[in-house]
Amino acid sequence: MAPAVEMRSIVKTFPGVTANDGVDFSVEKGEIHGLLGENGAGKTVLMSILYGLYRPDAGEIYIDGERAEIESPAAAMSLGIGMVHQHFMLVPSLTVAENVVLGREPTRKGLIDEGEMLERVRASCAEFRLDVDIEAPVHTLSVGVQQRVEILKALHRGADILILDEPTAVLTPQEVEDLFMAIRAFTDQGKTVIFISHKLREVLSICDRITVLKRGKVVGTVEASETDMGELAEMMVGRRVVYSFEKAKVAPGEAMLTVEGLEALDDRGVPTLRGVDLEVRGSEILGLAGVEGNGQTELVEALMGLREAREGRVSLGSTDITGASPDERIRAGVSHIPEDRHKRGFIPDFSVTDNLILGSHREARFTRWGFVIDYEAAAGHAQALVEDYSIVTPGVGTHAGNLSGGNQQKVIVAREFDRNPRLVIAAQPTRGLDVGATEYVRKKLLDMRDGGSAVLLVSADLDEIWALSDRIAVIYEGRIVAVRDPAETDETELGLLMTGGRRG
Amino acid sequence: MVGLVDVISVGLFAAALRMATPIVYAALGGIFSERVGIINIGLEGTMLASAFAGVTASYYTGNPWLGVVVAVLVGGLIGLLHAILTVKFVGNQIVSGTGINIFAMGFTAYMSQIIWGSRGASEGVRGLGTWNIPFIADLPVVGPIIGSHSPLVYLMLVVTVLSYVVLFRTPLGLRIRAVGEHPTAAETAGIDVLRVKYLCVILSGMLAGLGGAFLSLGHLNLFTRGMTGGRGFIAMAAMIFGKWMPFGAFGASLLFGLADALQMRLQSLGLLPPQIILTIPYLLTVAVLAGVVGKARPPSDYKPYKRE
Ligand SMILES: Nc1ncnc2c1ncn2[C@@H]1O[C@H](COP(=O)(O)OP(=O)(O)OP(=O)(O)O)[C@@H](O)[C@H]1O
Ligand SMILES: [Mg+2]
Repeated sequence: MAPAVEMRSIVKTFPGVTANDGVDFSVEKGEIHGLLGENGAGKTVLMSILYGLYRPDAGEIYIDGERAEIESPAAAMSLGIGMVHQHFMLVPSLTVAENVVLGREPTRKGLIDEGEMLERVRASCAEFRLDVDIEAPVHTLSVGVQQRVEILKALHRGADILILDEPTAVLTPQEVEDLFMAIRAFTDQGKTVIFISHKLREVLSICDRITVLKRGKVVGTVEASETDMGELAEMMVGRRVVYSFEKAKVAPGEAMLTVEGLEALDDRGVPTLRGVDLEVRGSEILGLAGVEGNGQTELVEALMGLREAREGRVSLGSTDITGASPDERIRAGVSHIPEDRHKRGFIPDFSVTDNLILGSHREARFTRWGFVIDYEAAAGHAQALVEDYSIVTPGVGTHAGNLSGGNQQKVIVAREFDRNPRLVIAAQPTRGLDVGATEYVRKKLLDMRDGGSAVLLVSADLDEIWALSDRIAVIYEGRIVAVRDPAETDETELGLLMTGGRRG
Repeated sequence: MVGLVDVISVGLFAAALRMATPIVYAALGGIFSERVGIINIGLEGTMLASAFAGVTASYYTGNPWLGVVVAVLVGGLIGLLHAILTVKFVGNQIVSGTGINIFAMGFTAYMSQIIWGSRGASEGVRGLGTWNIPFIADLPVVGPIIGSHSPLVYLMLVVTVLSYVVLFRTPLGLRIRAVGEHPTAAETAGIDVLRVKYLCVILSGMLAGLGGAFLSLGHLNLFTRGMTGGRGFIAMAAMIFGKWMPFGAFGASLLFGLADALQMRLQSLGLLPPQIILTIPYLLTVAVLAGVVGKARPPSDYKPYKRE
């Protein structure tokens, strides 16, 4: 039988970058095929070519053995190809249902048939067991839920070949399980899935075969049953990767961040933080565990001055910063890695240099005569950070939006860590990063801690919380329901606490 | 002060509706264009060119309705030009629009000179006249206000409702809003982004064309130099004030129409120097915009969209 997808000698170059350099890639029907590679290896570009978003410079594509010219997403869809994008492709002001049916709206007498639309989308929700409020405007949803909408959108369109570009990056373990069940049910029907992820464990557990890309070239394709995480990481990075860290024993210092009775509303005006009490000390990583949507996003925003605190106090050291502006907080020594880099902390239309000095741009080292930016100094600084953090980019003048997802994240991390902050608020700091970069960021977080900074680590990835935290706080429905010493708790207890099972 | 009371009459409101009409058309045109992320600052020039084209067609054929059709076609062509420059060649939207305005101003005056031997005004032509709406025209108060107008006034009401229906009730409208807000999302959903952009910018020109046709064939029955008098720009203010919503823009246009009507009434009273009275609609525009500036969030980001 002809493979479901066969891509031959695909070449795609951008100014200064060869994103795909003669890639041969083939996926059998009914298979779950993993696509791995470092940040910037060319995975998204290859899949965008398959989905008709980019036109390859050279190469051929065969779908079910037939030569296909995929000139647009519409053409890809008519070939039964669906794609869940790494960066959300949702229209913020439209509702979930409208986003799902966009382009193929049910009509009656020329008008959109609202009832039919809701019914169909609801049916898909049930069929694929994806639970979302389909009448909510997308901009009111958390990233986790938005990702679910993306998946719903692709499945609703009845794809036979489904491309999932880092679909699990923003999902909770339970959501990942649900997604995997949906994927397996999907391939049991003889349909095909291409699965991109940086989480090797996931890739190994769900995929049949795995192809590894490196700098736009295929390193090799392996059977999932005949490989392991070590081998995969080595294929990707070209060296062995450390998964566990030696955590130096450091005595925690004074309280750096103190939060008392913090209350805030979410975007819809619903009370979401309902009296948060929290303390993070210097030389300490406090991991905040919780199921997405329990107030983590709002907490981080309130701490950064991006969301109004209705009640309560936030102090940095002994200074009250409850009403301080984001800028004042940054200057007071707070660094922030936002959970959604498309909303905060990153300007795709700016150059890499501009993004790297954002927020520090008024500092003397980047200015001349106190008011014009010294671009030479800024570029030099950016160049140093690019090397330090191994950011893959043709140059520091490149549009930051053209960087691969992982490298965009590295730009933010580099900028924020470079400030020598007293407090680091890291929301999903390794989301979308490859194994090498993840290792690097985690090490850096530990370095920050060892250097005396307080670190508040918000992560949906329990493994990450375990690996790094000195203490673990659990957030549930807008309150901290427990604080635990990692040595004295286990996953079962945390799981229970996260779902409101027990208070302590 | 008796004079002032006289000003506030049913006649004033009828005039307000009349004066609002070209603004509504152009504002709706602005909405369609901006909803797909293209600023159409050329509405003013488009209206002017269409007003001229309508009069010319009516002058040569004696058929004002044919004039309306020609005006709309010319508007659509100018929209197409704007679309080619800004969508296809990703040119600067303001430069293209301003070019349209300057060209329309000069070209219509020049052609007017050639056809009628005067740069200032054309000869009078057959206009559309007024329609008396049965029953409604005879009602007290309401009748004098809405009962007897140019057919293009009534068409304006229909087009306003239609614009709302298209934008918020049809698949096309959903796609238009998606294209403006997040073109890549629209593209990945299988929508031909460029086609939707073209369509909307052309439509924008056609709507402005109707506004122009009203000015020259539904109102004055002749073409005068620069007869749009900034209404294309006022329409943009109405569009912003109305939050890029058809009914909002309609309401805002009525406000500007009222200011215009008031201005004409006050002039006839001779209480203030006409130069000062004439500025009322423009002052109102400035005041309104100053009031909403910063608060009005456009529905799209106006960034050029380019496929890889
Ligand atoms: N539109 C574009 N213009 C210019 N360069 C681009 C563009 N899209 C991608 N690139 C470059 O192509 C390379 C491959 O990018 P790609 O997004 O495919 O990486 P990736 O493997 O998906 O990485 P990640 O895991 O970080 O998502 C990167 O160096 C990136 O900067
Ligand atoms: Mg990618």
